Order: sequence, then C-alpha cells, then structure tokens
Amino acid sequence: MTDRFDEFKRRSEEKWRALQSAQIPRILVGTATCGRSAGALEVVEAFRRELDARGLEAHLIEVGCIGLCYAEPIVCITKPSQPGICYANVDPAMAAELVEAYLVGDDPLGKYALGSIGDGSVEGILPLLETPVFKLQVRRTLGKCGVIDPTEIDQYVANGGYGGLVKALAIDPAGIIEQIKASGLRGRGGAGFPTWRKWQFCSDTQADHKYLVCNADEGDPGAFMNRSLLEGDPHAVLEGMAIAGRAIGADQGYIYCRAEYPLALERLHAALKQAEDHDLLGDGILGSEFNFHVKIKEGAGAFVCGEETALIASIEGKRGMPRPRPPFPAVSGLWGKPTIINNVETLACVAQIMQHGADWFAEYGTEKSKGTKTFALVGKINRTGLVEVPLGITLREMVFEIGGGVLNDKPFKAIQTGGPSGGCIPRDLLDTPVDYDSLQAAGTIMGSGGMVVMDEENCMVDIARYFLDFTQKESCGECVPCRLGTKQMLDVLDDITQGKAEPEDLDLLEEVGEGVHAGSLCGLGQTAPNPVLTTIRYFRDEYDAHIQQKSCPAKVCRELITYRILPEKCTGCRLCAKVCPADAIVGEKKQVHVIDQQKCIKCGVCFEKCPPKFGAVECLAGQPTYPTPTTGGTP
Amino acid sequence: MAKVTLTIDGIGVMAEPETTVLQAALAADVYIPHLCYHPDLRPAGVCRVCMVEVEGRGLVPSCLTPVAEGMTVSTESPQVDKVRRVAVELLLANHPEDCLTCGKNNRCELQRIAAYIGIDRKQLGRFRRSKEPIPIDTSNPFFNRDMNRCILCGICVRTCEELQGTCAINYVNRGYKAVTAPFGNEPIAESNCEACGECVVRCPTGALSCKGFQEPTREVRTVCPYCGVGCGIRLGVRGGKIVSSQGDPQSLANHGRLCVKGRFGHDFVNHPRRLTKPLVRKQGELVETDWDEALGLVAEKFTQHKGKQFAAIASAKCTSEENYVAQKFTRAVMGTNSIDHCARL
Ligand SMILES: Cc1cc2nc3c(=O)[nH]c(=O)nc-3n(C[C@H](O)[C@H](O)[C@H](O)COP(=O)(O)O)c2cc1C
Ligand code: SF4
Ligand code: SF4
Ligand code: SF4
Ligand code: FES
Repeated sequence: MTDRFDEFKRRSEEKWRALQSAQIPRILVGTATCGRSAGALEVVEAFRRELDARGLEAHLIEVGCIGLCYAEPIVCITKPSQPGICYANVDPAMAAELVEAYLVGDDPLGKYALGSIGDGSVEGILPLLETPVFKLQVRRTLGKCGVIDPTEIDQYVANGGYGGLVKALAIDPAGIIEQIKASGLRGRGGAGFPTWRKWQFCSDTQADHKYLVCNADEGDPGAFMNRSLLEGDPHAVLEGMAIAGRAIGADQGYIYCRAEYPLALERLHAALKQAEDHDLLGDGILGSEFNFHVKIKEGAGAFVCGEETALIASIEGKRGMPRPRPPFPAVSGLWGKPTIINNVETLACVAQIMQHGADWFAEYGTEKSKGTKTFALVGKINRTGLVEVPLGITLREMVFEIGGGVLNDKPFKAIQTGGPSGGCIPRDLLDTPVDYDSLQAAGTIMGSGGMVVMDEENCMVDIARYFLDFTQKESCGECVPCRLGTKQMLDVLDDITQGKAEPEDLDLLEEVGEGVHAGSLCGLGQTAPNPVLTTIRYFRDEYDAHIQQKSCPAKVCRELITYRILPEKCTGCRLCAKVCPADAIVGEKKQVHVIDQQKCIKCGVCFEKCPPKFGAVECLAGQPTYPTPTTGGTP
Repeated sequence: MAKVTLTIDGIGVMAEPETTVLQAALAADVYIPHLCYHPDLRPAGVCRVCMVEVEGRGLVPSCLTPVAEGMTVSTESPQVDKVRRVAVELLLANHPEDCLTCGKNNRCELQRIAAYIGIDRKQLGRFRRSKEPIPIDTSNPFFNRDMNRCILCGICVRTCEELQGTCAINYVNRGYKAVTAPFGNEPIAESNCEACGECVVRCPTGALSCKGFQEPTREVRTVCPYCGVGCGIRLGVRGGKIVSSQGDPQSLANHGRLCVKGRFGHDFVNHPRRLTKPLVRKQGELVETDWDEALGLVAEKFTQHKGKQFAAIASAKCTSEENYVAQKFTRAVMGTNSIDHCARL
C-alpha cells in the first residue's frame, strides 16, 4: 500500500543528499514574515545580483525562521565539505561583502557570524547550538524551520516527514489515541487539555461526519509561534491533521488561519496542493480506506475567534460569538457534528510523536507537562525571538540564559506569560518551572507561548491597563460580566493611572475581577482579569503609590510624574523653552529656567532636548512639591 | 419518561426530564433571578444572573444546566451572591436611572432583580458610568428602540430568528460597544422588520417599548378581527377604550403570538372617523341610514345583476365557513361561477 510513498521518500532522500553534498555553495536566507520585515527579500536579491556579477554558481534557497528575531535577516552559507555559517543582520552591502570575501575568497568574516552549523568547525566561530541562545533549547517542533525549503514537499519527506502518517495508517484509530496518551501531550493552544482525552470523546461519538479543525487564529498580541511554524514547516501541520483526523474518524479538516498571515496562507495553500498531488491527503490516502480533505478558512482576525465555539460559528459563516458548553464541540461542533479543534503546534507535535514514538516525545518535560514548547520571548530582553525549550525549564533560565538577560542590564521586574489571559510573575518567582501547573499556581497560564519581559521602567498598572484595553475591545460583547466588567475595570485602571482613584477602588477592581472571572461565559472573559489580579497580588505597592501618593514609580503614567529643571545645572540656553509645546517654561536667556507645573503637559520634550552635558531637566515620580511660579524667577 | 428528583434549597423537586435547573425551579415556584432566559426560546446563557451552586460542580448558570437525578442545588450562597451581584451592579451602572418615567416601569425584569438581590446605593456609587448616550430609534410607527436601556440579553434577536424567522436584528460591534441592531445599524423601519412586536413583548427592559403604552384596567379575551386564522387575543381595556392587545397564550391558533395587525391595529375601533352606521348615496350625497334600508338596497341591486353580470371576490378576513357561504351564494343564488379569493391573487 505504501510502495508509492516509499519510492517518493527514496527519491526525496536522494535529492536531499545531493543538495547537501553539492559541489557549489548553499545560501539559505530566512524569508519568513519576520525576516521579510527586516529586509530579507532585498538580501536574496543582493545575493543573486552579486553571484551573477561574478559568474558564481550557488543554491540560493529561501527558508523559514530560526527564531532569532534580534538578528534578522539571517543567512546561512555552506561551502562544499564545510560546516554552514550563520550570519546575523545581513543587509545587501554585507551580502556583497560575504560573496567577495567568503565565496570568491576564503575568509568567512567571523565578525558577522552567529555560529556554525553541521559537522566540522571554523576557527573563531562557535557552533551555533553551543551559543547561549541555543544551548538550553531543544528544537524539535521548530527543528525543520530555517533548515528546509517550506515550499518543497520532498525536503520535508526526506527528513522523516509523513512517516508518522504512514505509521498511523498501519494501525487502528484506537492505537493512535493510545500513542498520544502515552506521550502525555497536552494542548498547546492555551488550556493544556490532554489531547488524547479530547480525541477519545470525539472518537466515542457516533456520527456520519466528523471534523478536525486546526486553530491557527493566533490572536494574542505579540505572539507569532504558530505563524513561524506554518511559514517554516507547513507540512508538519498537515501531517498532524491527517493523523488526528484518522484517530477521531474525521473525513474533513479545516485550517482556520487569520487573513493577516498572508505568507502562512500562501505556504499552506501550496503545501496542501503538494500533499494532495502525492496522495497524502484526499480520498483513499496512500491506497488506504482513509479519506481526509482539508480546506483553508481565512478568519478576519478577531481574538475571540480563537475560542473553539466562536471559531466554529465563524467557519459556519456566522458572527464569531462563543456559545455555552456543553454540548462540547467533541460531541456537537461544526455544523452540529463532532469536531475536534487543535492548535497548530499540538498538531505538529502529533506528527512528531507518530514519527518518533511516544517515549521519544516524553524524554523531555516534567511529570505532567511532557515534551518541548515554543515561546515568543519578547520585551526588555537582549535576545528576542522564537525559542523552543523542554517544559520544566525555569523562567530564570529563559530570561537570563536564552534571552541573555534584561536589556541594558536594567533590573528585572516581571515576566508576563499567556498573553491577555495570563498574568505577571515577579522577580522572586523567577525559579518557577515553565509547566502548565506551576504557572497556574503562580496565577498565570502558559497560554500559547507569549512571554514578555519587563524591567523597572515598566509600570505594572499601565501593563494591566494595556491588556485590559485589549480584552475589552476584543470581547464579543455577548455576556454581561465580560462586556461590562472588563470596561469597568479598564475605567478604574484609567483613573488609577491618572491619579483620580480612591483606595476603595482596589477592592472594586478585585470584586469585579472575580465576578468577571467566575461569571463569564467563555475563556476570554474568564481569564481577562488575570493581568489585573496578578499585578495587584504581586505589585500592590505600585498600585498604592498611584492611588495614595499620586505617583508612578516607573515614571510611565503621565499624570503622575513631574518634570523639573535643576537650577544648579541649568545654563539658561533656552533650548527647552523653545520646544515646549505648552509654553510652560519660563526664564530669560542665561538665567535659570523654570517649568510652570500648571501649564506643563508632561510630554517630556524638554527632558529630551536639554543637552546631555547639562542634564538639567529631571523626571520625578509623583506630583510637584514646590510652589509653582506664575512668572519667571527662581523657585 | 420518568421524572427526575432533585433538591433545590433543601426542598425536594420533581422535574420533567431534559429540563433545566431554572425551569425546574420556576415550575416549583422557586424564583431564580434570570434575564436572558425566555420559555419560548433556546437558552443563551449570557446574562449570568441565574447562577446557582450545584453540589460537586460549583457555580453554574441554571438556565443551561440540565436537571439530574439526585442533584443538590442552592440558589443562595456567598459565592452565588458575589457573582450575580457584580453582574447586576454592572448592568445598573450602565443603565439610565429614570425608572419612574420609563415605559416599562413596574414591569421590568431588571428592576425586579435589583429589588430581589438588594442594591446598596453607596456600593453602586463606586462604579464608573461611562456609557455614551445612544439616540432612540423612533422610526417604527408602533414601538421605540431605546438602546440605552438594552441589557443585551439577546431575547429580541432569538425571538426574531427562532419564532418569527425574520432575522431583522442581530448583534453589531464588539465589547462595550456591542448593541443589538438591524442590518447596518440603520433605523428599524428601514430594515426587513415586519413590526410583529414579538420582540417588544419579550424584552425584559424598557429598551423595546410600545409607543404611548397605557396600562389597561382589565383584559378581555376575544378573537382577532383581521383574518381567518382567528388568533386569540387579550384586549386591554381602560375607561371603555382599547389600549392594548396581547396574544392569548391559551389560544391554539396562535399560542400567544400575533402579527403587526393583531397587535398594533386596534386603534381604528375608537377612531373618530370610523363608520358606525351604513351610508347610502342619495342625489349624489352619502347619507346615514339604518341596516334595513342599506341591505334592502343591496338585495335589490343584486336581483338586477344575476348571472354573467355578477362576480365576487371573497376576503381573507373571512373564516372558511364565511368563504364557503360566499361561493355558495354566488353560484346558487347569483347563478355564476365567477367567484375568487383575494389570497389567490
Ligand atoms: C479568547 C480565546 C482565544 C483563543 N485563541 C486561541 C488561538 O489563537 N489559538 C489556539 O490554538 N487556541 C486558542 N484558544 C484556545 C482554544 O479555544 C482551544 O482551547 C485550543 O485551540 C484547543 O487546542 P489544543 O487542545 O490543541 O490546545 C483561545 C481560547 C480563548 C478563550
Ligand atoms: S466572556 Fe466575553 S468574549 Fe466570551 S462570550 Fe462573554 S462577552 Fe463574549
Ligand atoms: S418586530 Fe418582529 S420582525 Fe421586527 S424585529 Fe421584532 S420580532 Fe423581528
Ligand atoms: S432590546 Fe430588549 S430583548 Fe433585545 S437584547 Fe435589549 S434588553 Fe434584550
Ligand atoms: S438566564 Fe441564565 S444566563 Fe441569563
């Protein structure tokens, strides 16, 4: 039955080996969305131009992203029988330089290199996987991203791709569920529900049709794990879908992907066509009895449409609004039929588990959280990017080892996980292991993998306000606690950041927060108060400073800071007075200047304009403590 | 099917299988506050004020929770009160405070629930009120849509979809800005709304209210005069005048529902220009007369035009029996087959 696939695999492997041992150099350029926004397509063009100009031959290949956002665009050059060398922040000028020095000449330009990849070593360049950013990472789900050409199915197949599907076709659906159970895989989309259990419910339900939906909505602000995976390795997700489809008895799959992901959609459409052409999707897959079709559905990008029942409504062409559960989608979902919704990454894990076995998957992780997980590590951190780590790693390792510590060596303040549904974890909990249960115990959630690092210059009230503003706008508006409660909390937070709140308001925030949490209909509302409740729990003093002293210790909230000119430093150069948009600065030339606090709108322009050699403007937390002059003079 | 026994607040309650905790409680005369539940509609579970505590399961919305044998339900507990109170306080903080001049004063579910759970003025005063006023849609001749009073229970949306099949209204906008509105948020008169008023009678607040509503002093059960369906109606009478009309839930013809005419079309009864006596034309002038003279004149004219000169069109306002008589009269008395019915045109 799989003869045809074996033949395809053999040819693919041959082609792959030929590419690896080619006698001309290989130049891989990361052109996922992240690379493109840093100028990767111009870099591809530059390489092509420089190669042509010199009459050089090379394989110029566009690949996905290896996750080092701070170093994009990234290029990996492999000369015959040499390890590959990765270069960071490549621009067209550097491309020309590299072609000249390394391809024409033999100087790998170590100063631009991030590290080497593959066997052998190059003097002065560390193997990439030994560098701090990769050392603690275990790249499995993202293993092929940035390595294979995502538009070529044979590169996926040559690296073990679709082997999991072949195995799944050889055993019965119960056997597949058994394997997933043994692996300990829990959903990567947010809630961490055991994948096998959900499948079992669906498998136990009798129906003439069942559906499998891949949730690629990825609505958390700042999250891009799923996008990178879809752009860098789309077949992994399709393979996982087919396996899941067989396990639950579905004959139709949907990928619900936001329309704001044009490249991911393009890659998915291309991959879908290739998989169909090779008999890996469609009717009678690889000669078996199993039929499984996949359709791609574009979503308009509402956060709430990532919620299962709202997503189903959206696919059905209705307004994306959650509906009460039960009935659970596994029993009655899309078009009233049993439906399983799984996250992109969950499905990619499914493919790996079937390829390599449950034990292989469970090698990493903790007792209750198995395997590896991707995270988008962002914020005030030296190395932002997409990382994949074994579950159970500590937050400290993530921030200080992988992320290289806080930007500009400022003190670490908090890390936010789980996006708008998550919470902020303070410094003394930095040794919390990253697993579903420990994060929940700390008041936050793992979510789909967003991690935002914050330093002393982040105001925690302002952060809570930011997330609430998001959930408030994204609430579908259907149920009372979420629709009105998130707005109420936002209004109170607005007042706190503007110094208009009373001490009782903290109680109000907590009361309403608990009501929204316990009373809302869907996960959006139930988790929306988390950013507020955790910041109150861990950073109460900051709330108190805003409310009682009318002061923002992080100097973020405009109404709660003061700009002041230090008389002993001011030379009366008039620079600040000229730029102040509110005409709030008074003082004659060569005389000490003073800010009229009544007029000052706290825009901070004076602070920026005062030449550093004087440094006469200072920003203070809190309200002005000295009388305000109405005309010039010294305070 | 066998009944299900459950305990609500310590009282044993027998419930029909496949009903919900809320239905079981209401049937047993135990009040659980609720806003978005309506017996004619599928439960939506969106107001979240019907929360109860079920032993072993914690807080659940009673309108969505099926009864189960041996279930133990508490309608009152500190947890229930906390969650329900927040929902109601939030609704009140976003609601106008002019109950006395509202069309639904005294008949409003929000008022009833606020009274039931007891609202503290000082507690409520802590809430921010940031709702922007929305202009009232008065475009429909019979009812107003005042979205400032809407609590988004969705009853109107479900009524129009599930009962009326018109789907004239739905949710628009997201989050705090969400409202129920006709397509494109246009005035309701410009939508496909048929003005049946089914949503208006179910709206628990003053958001949808009949224009110029007056509370009747008594109600009279009768049959709608408009068409042959014969919907049962309850005409509200005040000072000898008809001031309201409601579908009679006991009528098998309409199960309490009405169309625009049956609900809003009774003002002709007391209209000053309504004809109450027959008129005949004498020397080009219409003059009042009695029924004997008028019918005599008709009979006389009919006799002069039997056969081919005669044709009749019967009305949909008539019952089947009346229509039967009309065709019999046309054929047997007037001697022609030229009889038709307006419903066929
Ligand atoms: C408001 C909201 C947004 C969500 N957004 C997403 C999303 O973008 N992607 C996703 O996979 N899951 C999202 N989820 C979780 C899904 O509802 C669902 O639990 C998940 O897709 C199940 O897949 P898993 O079991 O593989 O994790 C969201 C949930 C809520 C409540
Ligand atoms: S919790 Fe929010 S998003 Fe979810 S149903 Fe309620 S209003 Fe809609
Ligand atoms: S009056 Fe009738 S048709 Fe119009 S919105 Fe209400 S239920 Fe729908
Ligand atoms: S108009 Fe009335 S019935 Fe419709 S959602 Fe608002 S409160 Fe409910
Ligand atoms: S009546 Fe149950 S949620 Fe509204």
